Amino acid sequence: MVYFKRFSIWQLFLVLMSLPTTLALVGVLTAWLDIDLAVFGHLFEFVIPNAVLNTLGLVLCVAIVTSLIAVISAWLTTVCDFPGRAFFSWALILPMAIPGYVMAFALVGALEYTGSFQTYLRESISSSLILPDVYSFGGVVLALSLTLYPYTYLLVRNAFQTQGKQSLEVGQSLGLSVRQSFWRVSLPQARPWIVGGSLLVMMETLADFGTVAVFNYDTLTTTIYKSWFSLFSFQSALQIASLLLLFVIVVSLLERQSRHKQRFTNARNAVQARSRILLPSLQAYLACAFCGVIFFIGFLLPIGQLLLWAIPHLSSGLTDQFWRYMLGSFSLSLLAMTIITAFALLLAFAARTQNSYLANWSVKISTLGYALPGTVLAVGLLAPIAAIDHYLARLGFAAPILQGSIVVMLLAYSVRFMAVAFSPIENNLLRVTPSIDAASRSLSVSGLSMLWRVHFPMIRVGVLTAMVLVFVDVMKELPITLMTRPFGFNTLAVRIYELSSEGLWQRAALPALAIVLVGLIPVVILILRADKVQQ
Amino acid sequence: MSTEVEHYLSLNEVSIAYDSKQVLSGISFSLQRGEIGCLLGPSGCGKTSLLRAIGGFEPLSGGRITLNNEVISQMQYTLAPEQRQIGMVFQDYALFPHLTVIENVKFGLHGLSQSESDTRSLYLLEQIGLMDKKAVMPHELSGGEQQRVALARALAPQPKLLLLDEPFSNLDVELRESLGEQVRALLKQTQTTAIMVTHDQHEAFAMADSIGVLNDGALLQWDSAYAIYHQPINAFVADFVGQGVMLNGEMVSTTEVQTTLGCFERKSIAATIDNIQPGDRVKVLIRPDDIIHQDSSELTAKVVARHFRGAEFLYHLELDNHERVLALVPSHHDHAINEKIGIRLEIDHVVVFK
Repeated sequence: MVYFKRFSIWQLFLVLMSLPTTLALVGVLTAWLDIDLAVFGHLFEFVIPNAVLNTLGLVLCVAIVTSLIAVISAWLTTVCDFPGRAFFSWALILPMAIPGYVMAFALVGALEYTGSFQTYLRESISSSLILPDVYSFGGVVLALSLTLYPYTYLLVRNAFQTQGKQSLEVGQSLGLSVRQSFWRVSLPQARPWIVGGSLLVMMETLADFGTVAVFNYDTLTTTIYKSWFSLFSFQSALQIASLLLLFVIVVSLLERQSRHKQRFTNARNAVQARSRILLPSLQAYLACAFCGVIFFIGFLLPIGQLLLWAIPHLSSGLTDQFWRYMLGSFSLSLLAMTIITAFALLLAFAARTQNSYLANWSVKISTLGYALPGTVLAVGLLAPIAAIDHYLARLGFAAPILQGSIVVMLLAYSVRFMAVAFSPIENNLLRVTPSIDAASRSLSVSGLSMLWRVHFPMIRVGVLTAMVLVFVDVMKELPITLMTRPFGFNTLAVRIYELSSEGLWQRAALPALAIVLVGLIPVVILILRADKVQQ
Repeated sequence: MSTEVEHYLSLNEVSIAYDSKQVLSGISFSLQRGEIGCLLGPSGCGKTSLLRAIGGFEPLSGGRITLNNEVISQMQYTLAPEQRQIGMVFQDYALFPHLTVIENVKFGLHGLSQSESDTRSLYLLEQIGLMDKKAVMPHELSGGEQQRVALARALAPQPKLLLLDEPFSNLDVELRESLGEQVRALLKQTQTTAIMVTHDQHEAFAMADSIGVLNDGALLQWDSAYAIYHQPINAFVADFVGQGVMLNGEMVSTTEVQTTLGCFERKSIAATIDNIQPGDRVKVLIRPDDIIHQDSSELTAKVVARHFRGAEFLYHLELDNHERVLALVPSHHDHAINEKIGIRLEIDHVVVFK
């Protein structure tokens, strides 16, 4: 009797919350129950080795390039001083707002031989000037690095801000020059942040689908897509997904480990404006030029190119069709936002009030999905969903019921973005002291009524942050939407993918601008908040 | 069953354990309706856990708690806090920061009409003297005001029992005393049964009808303030409540004890040492107020340390056999260190421990 009394509705909820992620992971593992030898033999001989090598090469190069950009620009904007430093300090975060699949075709459009920027260079400087071919491995690395380096930049900037100048002075007091102190004191101290940022970048690179698709660069994600949608072998898609999952697990375990080493020293030691190193003029120009080039190709050039394409065709571009995609994207994002934020709120509340092993595990599992690439998730979830549909069909329902419905799409989004919504809400909730809960309960207000009357008003900012982040992430999301959407359902992201894979970049520009504009919202919030922390 | 009615709240052999680690064991005491009890003890003694158990926030690993003839906690059963009608005032006040003062007070009023809950909350605001602050947000209030709002909020639903967890610890000393008196008056006026937890004996003396001294998870003594001070049940209680020292003594009969300061007849209540025999070596509790300074006295002691306290000095005195005692002496008797001064004993309660 006691046992049943303890099994509350909240515990049932906690179990249900961890179910979708578990289903997706189990779904991927079922890949090996049934091997389609004909297809798999072909894949293993001709496709997979190439895809694995391509993926690993890309991950490695993007990690190196992003770390270089991030460390140099973070060092320059926090510890040094040069004209434009204050501007670059926040402007260098902006490329984050541009999704990789937009960055990719905008850069290609600007930098290829007949592209706007290269044409401009030829006309204004020299007709013999030819840039290296952008439609190459280097181009993929460039496009991905430019959208992803802000992750590392933000982390490393924080590290330098709290310990940069001080560590430099410690080095100098021990007889090292500035250069020696940088290499021997500051850089080693910032290493946990650099490593942490790079591992995040590696996870994003592993998960990327849209950027590599623009360059026709075959990685594991595009191979998953192709083996399902071109070879029509869902089983092979699952098998490749399990391979990709293996890489993801390794990287995310490393990432989790690296986070333990990130300890901020006292913020009172933060770099003060007057203590920055004023660079001599030549170095100052070089610093300014470096940040300027990154900002130019990372933000101005792609945005300029999109505008250049979009503006002349503005009237013809703003068709009913465009607004339909817009409506599709917005309504889908709003729906996903509402559902995911509501569940994240309930999850955070349940974890707080239950405070049990079950709650801990439920939180761990249900927020695991942020590490899973959209392609893996899509196929992983579809496997069990198909099985359920099969079962329902045998019971006499008209199949398929779940497959190809919006339910699958929303389920996949929830798995992928639960962590995005959960962490700002949990952060806010942690600041509410336990005695507030006890006070409310001693006044006979508990459960959902307590959540609504006490917690919700106190964590509104966290809930709002969660809503914005999920909204924007769903709007930008490509592979899940592409692979699980109901037939005929279109969003801006899918439209951009379709148009850009057909080379119709001009027509993709307007939807792309819309997405970038929405993507700027959280980035601006992030910049404003970072500013407030600095002051 | 007249005894049942008298014991409005009673704890019977209550034990609490976290992850098989025993925090409290065998706690028994009871309160009558309208009485104010106080749990006194050093930090980590388990007093807050006990309070939380009464409030329903900790399950019992043994024993039973009854309130108004209803079992509210026992092993494997904990009535949820929200169903207990037990009010609570927290150390950090735990006011809801998004609600105004009056909204906070109204929070726990359920099933009343708008005008009824207005009347009730305004009445309490008047009682705590914060009528003019009713529309103010909690963060705009001083610590003492927040404390009073927390009290009003807990009292508003007319709880069966009120629990106060170190309610004055975040306030400065002067405020503590005046607020303590106000709170006691309000509780008595509203006939609220209450239990307070504190580590400060002065708070306990000012507020409580009965005091329980806890240490190391056990309730050592449950008694009136007077008895706790003058008839402590063991050396820990004697040492924790008030100041004092233990002198060596020897029983010369079952009721008389010989010390270096003379021979006393013992009237102590300490039941545990009733089987004492003549010839037993014992400890005798000497409080600073037991020793009177008298220049003419034949008995003298050497001043080894002195603490000026304004109206009086607290002298540490060394006796001829090098035992030490404390004495409170009016501060116009200004004696230097190493000076010998005359003392006289005036002991109403001779407390003897084995």
